[in-house]
Amino acid sequence: MIAAPRHGSITRVALAIAWRGLHTYVRRPDLFIPSLIFPLVFFASFAGGLSALGSVPGFHFPAGYTAFQFVFILCQSAMFSGLFTGFTLAFDFESGFARRLMLAAEDRRGIALGYALVALSRAAITLTVVSTVALLAGMRITGDGVDLIGLYGLAALLVLIGYGWAAGVAFRFRSIQAGPLMQTPVFLILFLAPVYVPLTLLKGWIHGVATVNPATAFLDAGRGLISGAHDHTALAFICAIGLILLFGLWLLSGLRRAEAEA
Amino acid sequence: MNAHVTQIRALARRSMLKTLRQPFQMFPIIFFPLILLAVNASGLRAATRLPGFPTHSYVSFAIAVAFIQGAMFSLINTGTNLAEDIESGFFNRLALTPLRRVSLIAGLLVGVAALGALQSGVYIILGLIAGAHLHAGLGGVFVIIVLGALTTLGFGAMGCVAALRTGSGEAVQGLFPLFFVFIFLSSSNLPRNLLRTGWFHTVATWNPISYLIEAFRSLYIFGWDGAALERGFAVAIGVTLIALLAVVGALRTRLQRT
Repeated sequence: MIAAPRHGSITRVALAIAWRGLHTYVRRPDLFIPSLIFPLVFFASFAGGLSALGSVPGFHFPAGYTAFQFVFILCQSAMFSGLFTGFTLAFDFESGFARRLMLAAEDRRGIALGYALVALSRAAITLTVVSTVALLAGMRITGDGVDLIGLYGLAALLVLIGYGWAAGVAFRFRSIQAGPLMQTPVFLILFLAPVYVPLTLLKGWIHGVATVNPATAFLDAGRGLISGAHDHTALAFICAIGLILLFGLWLLSGLRRAEAEA
Repeated sequence: MNAHVTQIRALARRSMLKTLRQPFQMFPIIFFPLILLAVNASGLRAATRLPGFPTHSYVSFAIAVAFIQGAMFSLINTGTNLAEDIESGFFNRLALTPLRRVSLIAGLLVGVAALGALQSGVYIILGLIAGAHLHAGLGGVFVIIVLGALTTLGFGAMGCVAALRTGSGEAVQGLFPLFFVFIFLSSSNLPRNLLRTGWFHTVATWNPISYLIEAFRSLYIFGWDGAALERGFAVAIGVTLIALLAVVGALRTRLQRT
């Protein structure tokens, strides 16, 4: 007879994994530094190198081009924090650690939850650094405090979307070789949105793609929240929650497959 | 002398085939720069409306970056392949044969340069299909292929240095973002006269990658711009010479360890 998981076992497993994941993250410069350098380089390149785009006819953004690009970097960093945690999970499978974890965990859903907490913690560190650098670089925020809570709340949801997708892949393939499969779709979805200029200034095929791309809603909402001129905020939150539910199912079915095949 | 050429030819052939036979190495070289070109050319088309932008076709402006991205991927592939040979012991076994020391790396680099010429040809064709206009004409095609091969050779040599110094494919892969930063902090997306953020303009001006990009770009947009080509070739030759010197040093150290 198999004993049923004890009450609170999910939380115990999740917290143990979260502590280990965060501990490993901050103590390994090869993980920690690239996750900070990447968004900062993107921010420098886009906000610094493309600032002239702020004067393209038809471009009107009250908070300025730096804030316009900051929102993209925020969304990208959030989703990539989730993705990189998927990499960690895949690596843990390759090293055999995750298999031992699956044998030891009272309730294996705690494993999925634990890595989600790792993703959120990593994102909190990255977003704090990126936001601090952006403010030091002179970024203007014209939205109010509630708007900012909404902006960072949206970022937290994006972390979970990125994590849900990547962890679902990691549980299925259990190898770091699946890294490009985790990364490429997210990269493409992000860059097929209005990254450099607003949707109205995009022309041709990319306008059509960006119009139906959920990342457009995230960027519009984020830019609306930072500037105080709300745009598609409700749509972005609905899309985000819908995607979390979808990728939550993807992740749990991946976990079941890993349990069956491990 | 003939034996020397035969050795280099055999190793060059192996180097080329090793890359061409692995789709996961060819995919980023060919498709990644083109995907980025498609995305950037559409997303940044509005930039052509800025006063002072040198052309109405952003594809013609941005295609130059593909040549540099391709060379960067060659750096990683070359370094990873050499590191794999070191890790598997193949490099050591090769070093124990009567093969000349210089042939060990020269063969690899000749293969890399040939691949650089090949990938430049692919970018030219796909760029023209995408709507880029090559103002310099047929002569420009020749110059692009030569500059592409030279740039890939220089970057490939850097990959060899990394592989010889670390002996680890993972470590070479880890260098990829570091090299990619140079593309981001250059005049890859806008011409330098339109880089309005002071510090970014300074970094892009000091960044040698800007001059490589501008040399390729000049052939597409202006035709024959002697100054841009001189600077581009000077950077490509300089990078290649420095990297080759570093390869010689790293090879000596590696073989001493062996």
